[in-house]
Amino acid sequence: MDQMNNSIGRRAFLRNTGLAGGGLILGFSWLNSCRPKQVTAEQVFQMPKEWFEINSYLKIGDNGVVTILCPNPEFGQGVMTSMPMIVAEELDVDWNNVMVEQAPFNAELYGNQFTGGSQGIRRRWEGLRTVGASAKQMLKEAAAKQWNVPVIEITTADGVLTHAGSGQTMGYGEIAAAATQIPVPEEVTLKSPRDFKIISTSRKNVEGKKIVTGKPLFGVDYQHEGTLVAMATHPPAFGLKLKSFDANQVKTMPGIVDVFSIKTLEDDYERNYFDTNAFTELVVIVGKSTWEVMNAKKTLSVEWEPIDEYKFTLDRFGTKMEAIVPSGLETTDNHYAQMEELASKPGKVVRKDGNPEEAFKNAVKVIERSYTCPFLAHNCMEPMNFFAHVTDDGAKLAGPLQAPAIIEGTLAARLGLPIEKIEIEMTRMGGGFGRRAYAHYAVEAALISKQVKSPVKLMYTREDDMTFGIYRPSYHATYRAGLDENNNLVAFHVKAGGVPETPLFADRFPAGAVENYMAEQWEINSNITIGAFRAPRSNFMAGVEQSFLDEVAEVAGKDPVDFRLELLGRAKTNPVGENNDYEADRLAGVLELVKEKSNWGEEKQGVHRGVAAYFCHNTYAAHVVDVAMENGNPRVQNAYCALDCGIVVNPDAASNMAEGGIVDGIGNAMYGTLSFKDGAPQQQNFDRYRMIRNSEAPKNIEVHFVQNEIDPTGLGEPPFPPVFGALANALYKATGTRKNHQPFISDRVLKG
Amino acid sequence: MALFDLKINGKTSQVDVDPSTPILWVLRDHLNLVGTKYGCGIAQCGACTVHLDGTATRSCMLTVSMVGNSEITTIEGLSENGDHPVQKAWLEVDVPQCGYCQAGQIMTASALLEKNPNPTDEEIEMAMNGNICRCGTYLRIKKAVKLAASEKLA
Repeated sequence: MDQMNNSIGRRAFLRNTGLAGGGLILGFSWLNSCRPKQVTAEQVFQMPKEWFEINSYLKIGDNGVVTILCPNPEFGQGVMTSMPMIVAEELDVDWNNVMVEQAPFNAELYGNQFTGGSQGIRRRWEGLRTVGASAKQMLKEAAAKQWNVPVIEITTADGVLTHAGSGQTMGYGEIAAAATQIPVPEEVTLKSPRDFKIISTSRKNVEGKKIVTGKPLFGVDYQHEGTLVAMATHPPAFGLKLKSFDANQVKTMPGIVDVFSIKTLEDDYERNYFDTNAFTELVVIVGKSTWEVMNAKKTLSVEWEPIDEYKFTLDRFGTKMEAIVPSGLETTDNHYAQMEELASKPGKVVRKDGNPEEAFKNAVKVIERSYTCPFLAHNCMEPMNFFAHVTDDGAKLAGPLQAPAIIEGTLAARLGLPIEKIEIEMTRMGGGFGRRAYAHYAVEAALISKQVKSPVKLMYTREDDMTFGIYRPSYHATYRAGLDENNNLVAFHVKAGGVPETPLFADRFPAGAVENYMAEQWEINSNITIGAFRAPRSNFMAGVEQSFLDEVAEVAGKDPVDFRLELLGRAKTNPVGENNDYEADRLAGVLELVKEKSNWGEEKQGVHRGVAAYFCHNTYAAHVVDVAMENGNPRVQNAYCALDCGIVVNPDAASNMAEGGIVDGIGNAMYGTLSFKDGAPQQQNFDRYRMIRNSEAPKNIEVHFVQNEIDPTGLGEPPFPPVFGALANALYKATGTRKNHQPFISDRVLKG
Repeated sequence: MALFDLKINGKTSQVDVDPSTPILWVLRDHLNLVGTKYGCGIAQCGACTVHLDGTATRSCMLTVSMVGNSEITTIEGLSENGDHPVQKAWLEVDVPQCGYCQAGQIMTASALLEKNPNPTDEEIEMAMNGNICRCGTYLRIKKAVKLAASEKLA
């Protein structure tokens, strides 16, 4: 038996497996790369001599070591650990004997390899369990044959098969070869959650060691012999396009190989939902090293000209629509003025229950407030980048992306290659937050490689990354509430819109809890591109709805938690209207839990509390935050978080995700802003775009999960949106001023 | 272009680059040390942090001609087998989410602990404020720095 350095072995093995199909016995040819002197006890797996592929998700070595492939790309949400945990659970193996690899992109073998919308674990839950359970069943059947005993009498635990009647046992590795010959079972029995040994126990990030030792994991680290560095220059403002450029000026600079322009999407191309792109014509500089290309990029002079209004066809997941992109150079002040104007007019009514007009007329008290937020940039710490090597025979790409299946179609159309000739390797992503669903940069890299006939790595500078678009939109919402003489909420009206989309969710709480309810929306067209940003639309609506309810509770003279629970009680016992998009019980459940864990109602000198609860991405989240003033600045001291996402696969990693969501939420609520002047983003790097920093994070965060046996739901996004509301409510208590306009640190005062 | 002899991770490496080239790109493009990350290029995010004679330094604005005889340590050279107390603490606390900023965080934290083996919460926050983490792992970073400072991992 050979001892192997795990990290080296895993990388080599990844290259060897490629796109191997099911049922193959894979050779093992990388033992020579072993460097025993580096091996320490904790790194060592007893490596097998031979691997047996039971199915495309898992291989078992002749010594019982198991390799499990993670089908979805990893961007920090922890799926490379949690997804294999689900497989290992049903397979019944010792987690310490499991190695994990990122699966290749192959929709035929792995289905929808999409990371986004907090849907990964939810959509994979049953499938991954079935993968593990099927393999276990095949091992059991192979063992039954060998021992000549009924399969039903065989039990498994920690990678060992046992037949109690005859006293025989053997490890999975001993029967794995025979198991590959067993037909895949048509039906399998899944474990009861009560029997879980791995799921719901905390397991460390399987890539932790590589991360803390700086191993190449990310797209920017991707290496390939002879790779050139490419950078692209896009228009400095939305509403501009390329007019001309002077290639000769930089072509002779040191290390520069070529300078040219590319067109990433043809004008008549029918775009898909993730083909969002304002800048389809770019000037490209290709060179031998990053610094030389950066210098040439700074020197390059380009002339830009205004765009004319244009239209394109958009395929929105099967629904074809025509999109119009207006001309002009937009400015933030104008956006807010336009939004104020539209907000003052009737919108499009999306939902109406009872008779809101009459109810408001008869209300004893009416409260009306307006809320706004600015555009935001995703600011993934790893800027956009991609490797591409395009030849006449095909294209090999590698890099960070959330939706490989979608960009593959765009690549095939633009390169004129069949999909089978395009290979995409998914690297670990240095953050995603929605941004990397829009992988225009992969198309750009491919076109550059095709032009220079060389492997290239396209690198965005931070400025390129922050100014390219695909932002969280700027939104506006007006809320109205009517109370009767007993301070009951009898009428509720929300009107929400934005540049360029509305954030409205008409069927979410408090819809269903108020007899007379109306939801309206409006939109303002823009040439600034937008895209999914951690909990799209919810990241505005949660905060403002929860701020407004806080104010209504105050006017009604009710405790903010009790007021919400009262409304949820009404929504449960006697729901108003149809299609209410939440379970009142579970939303009340997280509020009750956070109330208990935070000792809500307890007064502390100098500590100001705010609460908020929200439902999105199939998960319920409630937060209480405590703010204290330190040297005249508010600082969150404690944050208490209650979550109901069903079964929690990897609790400590799930807590990490929620802690991060809270910190990220506080940062974006307090400081986040991207503004425009004449179409140009005014924040282009972290000197002017303020991100939350270590000393601005809460001093303490407690995360509590509702314990139940409901199938798991999303977690990357749901803890994020309600933070905005809990923080606004706590800041009101701390300062006496309602924070209705984000970012809170420079509360924007509306004109007029 | 000019030749530079650089002391990196205990070895001397010679590179032939433009004197204005930041160490970040010397490491990544010329020496195949890609653990040090590019994040902003203007010393605002800390992803590129290395040690220059033991001091946490942003390598994106440290040009190769400024280094002279100083010793550079990168994440790859922080320990032989990833067993520096800060790295061990990072694993124990399971700090990373996406992981991109963490090499820079670890380099800043390890430099802090060399100078101040028992920092207060405020001292940790001040030292770590130059390192941005969009995933928001700041509380775990602080916890891991404290764990590394404690005797638990000594």
